[in-house]
This record gives sequence, structure tokens and C-alpha cells, in this order.
Amino acid sequence: MNRAKSSQWLQQWIFVGPSTLFFVIIIVIPFMLGMYYSFTEWNGVANQAKWVGLDNFSHILWNDDKFGTAFWFTVRFTVVGVVAANIFGFLLAYFLTKPLKTKNVLRTIFFMPNVIGGLLLGFIWQFIFVKGFAAIGESTNLSFFNLSWLGDEITAFWGIVIVFIWQTAGYLMVIYISSLTNVPRDMLEAAEIDGASRMQILRSIILPLIMPAVTVCLFLAISWSFKMFDLNLSLTKGGPFGSTESVALNIYNEAFVNNRYGLGTAKALIFFIIVALVTSLQVRLTKSREVEA
Amino acid sequence: METSKRYRFGTWATEIVMILVALLFLVPFYFLFVNSVKSFGDLLTDSAAWPQTFVWSNYARAWSITRFPEALWNSFVVTVVSNLLLVLISSMAAYRMVRRPTRYNRVLFSLFVAAMVIPFQSVMIPLVKVVSTLDLMNSISGLVICYLGFGAPMSIFLFHGFVKGVPVEVEEAATVDGCTPYGVFFRIVYPLMLPMMVTVIILNTLWIWNDYLLPSLVLQKAELRTIPIATYAFFGQYTKQWDLALPALVLGILPVIAFFLAMQKYIIQGIMAGSVKG
Repeated sequence: MNRAKSSQWLQQWIFVGPSTLFFVIIIVIPFMLGMYYSFTEWNGVANQAKWVGLDNFSHILWNDDKFGTAFWFTVRFTVVGVVAANIFGFLLAYFLTKPLKTKNVLRTIFFMPNVIGGLLLGFIWQFIFVKGFAAIGESTNLSFFNLSWLGDEITAFWGIVIVFIWQTAGYLMVIYISSLTNVPRDMLEAAEIDGASRMQILRSIILPLIMPAVTVCLFLAISWSFKMFDLNLSLTKGGPFGSTESVALNIYNEAFVNNRYGLGTAKALIFFIIVALVTSLQVRLTKSREVEA
Repeated sequence: METSKRYRFGTWATEIVMILVALLFLVPFYFLFVNSVKSFGDLLTDSAAWPQTFVWSNYARAWSITRFPEALWNSFVVTVVSNLLLVLISSMAAYRMVRRPTRYNRVLFSLFVAAMVIPFQSVMIPLVKVVSTLDLMNSISGLVICYLGFGAPMSIFLFHGFVKGVPVEVEEAATVDGCTPYGVFFRIVYPLMLPMMVTVIILNTLWIWNDYLLPSLVLQKAELRTIPIATYAFFGQYTKQWDLALPALVLGILPVIAFFLAMQKYIIQGIMAGSVKG
């Protein structure tokens, strides 16, 4: 090997080596191992995992009601949460790009919940639902606040949706704001002069121009809500009666509470395939609607 | 997209409505802070009212039960060390991948990008096995290594996009002047990458500081707890003792809120810059 070549080798190792090493140890190897373990019965302790073929998968598909419930919860939650958080985030951004005197303070306030981790947020809201809402209900007599929020399957679902919106709307708002400020002003003014109504301007000019932001925001919101774990864990622990258990929480419980690691990895593999399919489909769909200004 | 200032009344109405919405947004914080300084009795009778007497001793008790200084220190060390190493190794990797787009590097880069869609739950179970095989369980450095692995894909992706926009001429000039390849990177490219570093650090800080699941799997010893695990452990022990739990929560969120208020400008910019990853 000549000197130039060996110097290139050394550089390659020094520059790319460390990241690749950690990436392989922490993601690639566990991912491969996971594929193997999903075909085994394994309790996490034994060195030898017993090969069971497709048993785990058929068990998950036909005999695992809890996984079905968790999956159905996650799907419902994703649809509702993603749409609601994006509409709310967009509306905040839309009004906070108007020349308001307080807009900087307001942006800060709306973003603030997002810097607090999901776990702590869940505990904070547990208190709000249990004690805070009751206090508001007592003084206002509104039945909305007097429901047993976390004790009922339907209200617990909506409770998590509320917290999710509170947490994520501000983040989505930031992305929408950056996109809205890039909409060329002369286009808006021209439309105004031509007599277009505000709804028309919003639908025919603003929305098509901010589609890249919509792509990003939908992608983020979908992957957050699909992978939701911390919020359910601290807010409801998946209750009442497993009604708010997300897929991520179900996988965790299967492996680390029930000690069925093989079954857990099989679920995790199915979960990965679904997340990959849904997000790539979404990005493809919304990307096709992007236009250039 | 600042629209014209003609609609004065409309602007004022919008302003008032938005302020009201913001106040509504802050209500959970009001409940949290107000009740954290009430006695347990006051807290139960009316949690919406302003405290009659301020019971600051709640904080002292929560401080010692959660072993707050220890948890704060652990969170701090994990976040800072992971961030520094992550920025260093991923900026180096991304730089090399952009400047030497060999087939090997292109494949490697696509692997990093593809890994961004893998949810943590899909690798966590075998990861625990790998981590314990390598004897990295119950160690802060083990946790940091995990963050280097999980953080690398997005950090490399962001740096990769940034380096592509850096003109190569300056580097060539430096090479002609006798700079070694490492000198080119550390003296010329590294300082240029500062804006992207801020973005990467901010995104990774918010993630690592708030992460619960990974540290809970890797760290089991009480003295190694980070803030989210300490909070969770505390809630397991003191369910429904809100006079202790609320001050613990306030202590838990204060550092990150302070960080946010101090770094606000950069955080907002960082998120905008990071959002191109879709």
C-alpha cells in the first residue's frame, strides 16, 4: 500500500470510525438480534433462546387481545392527535404571524410545554385531571370538569389527546411559522387586490406554498404519537382496563414485566414495519402535493 | 407573511383572543406552582385557590427524598458529555462522507438515514442484552455510549446537509498552504459548522435530558438516577402524596425551563433548521 492510500485509510477510520462503531453496537446489532429473537421463545435471562418459528407472530395475530387493543388505541390516537395538533399548531402560527404586539411572548408560552419531558408532563396532568378539574368543576358547576377524567375509558382517551396537543402544538407552530414567513408578500397583496377572500387566500395560496412544512409536521406528529410511551406511562399507566395502552407500552410490558422477550421482539418487529410503512407513505403523499413558489 | 396593518380592529381582537388562549395554556403551570406550596389539607379542600400560607418545607422534603442534587448532576453529566462527543464524532463522519463520496461512504450514509425510522422500542429488548454483555449496565458511560449510537443518525444527517453547502475552495486553499487533512477539518471546517452545531446540540439536549425509557433500562442503581427516573421512582413510592409530588415536579422542570428561557432564540432557530429533516 502506498503512502497516500494508507493515509486515506487512516482518515476514513478516524473520521467515520467512531460514529459507525457506536451505530453498529447500539442500533444495527440489536436490530439484527431482534429479528432473530422474534422467532424464539426467550425469557431474557437464558443464554439459549428456543426457536419457535412463526409461533410468536401467529400468537400476536390471533390470540393476543391486549396487543389488538393497544394497536387499535394507537391508531385512533394517532388519527385524532395528529389532525388536532396540526390544526391547532397551524392556527397558532397563522395568528402569531400577524402584527401582534405580544407575539414573541405568546410564541414562548405556546412552545414552553414542549421542553418538559413527556414523563413529567404526564404526572403534572394527572394532578390537573384529578384535582384541578374537580376544583374548577366545583366553582363553575360545568359537568365537563366533573367527569372522572382518568377513570373512564372514553374520557381517558380524550385526556391523553388534550395533553398531547398541549405538548406538541407549540413545536408544530414553530415550523409552521417559519414556513408562513416565507410566503411571498406580493403574492398575498396581489390576491387581496384581485378581491380574493381570506379563506380563498388561505386555501389557494398559503396552503399549497406551505406544503413542505405540512409534510414535516405530519411526519413528526405521526411518529410521536405512534411511538408514544412516556405520556401513557405516567398519566394512566395504560388504564383504565388497558384502554389507553399504546403499542410501545404494550411491547415494554410484554418484555420487561411479563418477561416474554421473544414475544416482545416479535411485536417490536411488527411495530417497526408499520411505523416505516405509515411514515414513508405519508411523506410520499404530502410530498407529491408540494409546489414551488 | 405579515399581512397589511389595515385591519386595526381585527388585529386587536386577534391579540386579545390569543392572550386568552395563552392564559388557558398556562393554567396547568398555575395549578402546579400554587399547590406545590400548600399544606396537604389546603391542597385537598381547594386546589384552585391561592395558597393561604406558603409551606416551603414541601420543597425541602421533596429535595431530599428525590435526592435531587444527585439526579440533577447525573442528568447534567449525561447530557453534556453525550452532546460534546456526539457533535464531534458526527460532524467528522458527515464531513468525510460529503467530501469523499466513495461507494462505501454512500452506502453507510443511506444506512444512517434509514435507521432514523427505527422506533426505539424495536431495538430496546436486544439492546439490553448487548449492553449487559459489554458490561455497560449501571454505568453513566454505558448510557452515554447508547446516546452516541441513537443520536448519530440524525446528527450526521443534519451535518451532512450543512457540509454540502460549504464551498470546498477554502479547504483547497488551506491544503495548498500546507494544512493537513485534520488541520483543514479542525481549523477551517469545524468553526464554520457552528450554526449547525447549535441546532444539533439543542435537539439532542431536549431529547436526552427528557428521556426516560433508555436510562430506566440501563441504570438501575438509585445513585445513578437521572431526573426522569428519579421522578418516576418517587411517584411509585409516594402515590397521591401531592404535597410532596408537586414540589418534586417543579424541581424537575425548573432546570429545563430555565435552559429554554435562556436559550429561547437558539432553540426556536434550531427547531426550524432541524425540521428540514422530513
